[in-house]
Amino acid sequence: MTTTEIDNKTGLVTQEYKINMGPQHPAAHGVLRLVLTLDGEIIEKVDPDLGYIHRGIEKMTERDTYKQIVHLTDRLDYLSSHINNEAVCLAVENALQIEVSDRVKVIRTIIAELTRLASHQLWWGVMGMDIGALTTFMYAFRDRELINDIMEETCGTRLTMNYNKPGGLMFDIHPNFQKRVKEFIKHFKVSLPEYNTLLSGNVIFKKRLQGIGYMSKEDAIAYGVSGPSARGSNISCDVRKIHPYSAYDRVDFNEILMEGGDSYDRYMVRMKEMEESMKIIEQLIDNIPEGDFETKTAAVLKLPKGEYYQKVESARGEFGVFIVSDGKKSPYRMKFRSPGFANLSILDKISRGHKIADLVAIMSSLDFVIPDIDR
Amino acid sequence: MTNSELQVLVSSWMDGLEFIDEGAQYLTITVPKENLRDLMFKLRDDSEAAFDYMFSLTAVDWGKNRGMVYHLESTKYRHIIVVHVYTEDETLDTISDIYPTAILNEREAYDLMGIIFTGHPDLRRLFLQDDWVGHPLRKDYVDEANMIVK
Repeated sequence: MTTTEIDNKTGLVTQEYKINMGPQHPAAHGVLRLVLTLDGEIIEKVDPDLGYIHRGIEKMTERDTYKQIVHLTDRLDYLSSHINNEAVCLAVENALQIEVSDRVKVIRTIIAELTRLASHQLWWGVMGMDIGALTTFMYAFRDRELINDIMEETCGTRLTMNYNKPGGLMFDIHPNFQKRVKEFIKHFKVSLPEYNTLLSGNVIFKKRLQGIGYMSKEDAIAYGVSGPSARGSNISCDVRKIHPYSAYDRVDFNEILMEGGDSYDRYMVRMKEMEESMKIIEQLIDNIPEGDFETKTAAVLKLPKGEYYQKVESARGEFGVFIVSDGKKSPYRMKFRSPGFANLSILDKISRGHKIADLVAIMSSLDFVIPDIDR
Repeated sequence: MTNSELQVLVSSWMDGLEFIDEGAQYLTITVPKENLRDLMFKLRDDSEAAFDYMFSLTAVDWGKNRGMVYHLESTKYRHIIVVHVYTEDETLDTISDIYPTAILNEREAYDLMGIIFTGHPDLRRLFLQDDWVGHPLRKDYVDEANMIVK
């Protein structure tokens, strides 16, 4: 509702007004429309209007087989495509009690961590760009290219990998895989400190983020926030630690937690998470066990009647797959719990009272991928 | 807490709950819709249960009726519980004041499944335009132009 009032000092008539940010906004990373209610430049309310890229994937799953559904999920959060595929495969494997070999578990974990690294690199480049530092984008894409090349060689595609299937992997790793991953790690161990030199300590950058978009621990839990965004508010929520899957129970890594809860802490969580991801890859890359890359399964899988839930840690937070099966070849109902959707729900709360330019910083620090929100 | 300990705790709060434990991944409770809010308050505020994190809300069309499936986790104890609730007349009480994550999720459930949440502060369509007819996730939804049915 628009309220009109007269300023006591100046006698000028002032009123709240609304503007649209998006759906085609360079800082929105996709087709997200935010209706902002403003008092001058101060945000009073953020009302997200979704659906510009809604493809009805949950409805589509009800006519597809489980093996087909895997290929829809990398279109959700396209930067965590491998991890989304993995979630569906794990759900189906657990429901049918299909045992996959250690080799599959280890390869899945390595690729998932490479995916997380690539996602965080892109996020870092774009975050700098949102704040006004264009150089970061070039650095990030230079390094991300190396991961994309590894993916292209082993998985066949660079972005939406589709390397998983229920029962294992589509094909075995490329002979160059280990060599190239090691080369990448060696390269990125030098580049990552560069990232920090370039941006993390920059005074302007820090002033744009520190104290902006404060999220309290209680709010973050109540709104269902997960992933690095929640860990910036000191919430231990890493699914890899709490409900380990694949090979995460056999590697040693730290869950990064920050106390502050502002945009800068969310930024730092992701920066440090990249080091942890490299640590995980280093522990596994020389120890890929021998074995089959797939367990033979029927062409059409039918899940026993019942409900199944599988959660995994995607680059953005907790990604969940909920399957209601009635025993047929397609799920009766399938729901994707996307981290971005829950993280978006707190945007209104944490950006009230800030300026429009701060909203851009807050959105970057929450790391939205819009197809993940719209599904 | 293990599933059976949780079941003892939850069943001491109120009557009329049904439990599915055998074969299910998590302890699953079915609650009559008039007791939904009471149960949610208890689940959140009881010090032994402490289900503070609602990580998934799913609207399901069961054919004869519709309902919601809530997945809850305790960030303190890390136990998980699932709550089922059914409605015959498309209405359910909102839980968006108990778990704010439900504000957007209930809008999604209203938009795609047509469940009306009484007491929701801002129940509008979320993904589809305001003048859209029907609720696409319902099993009886027909859209000949845009849906490929096998």
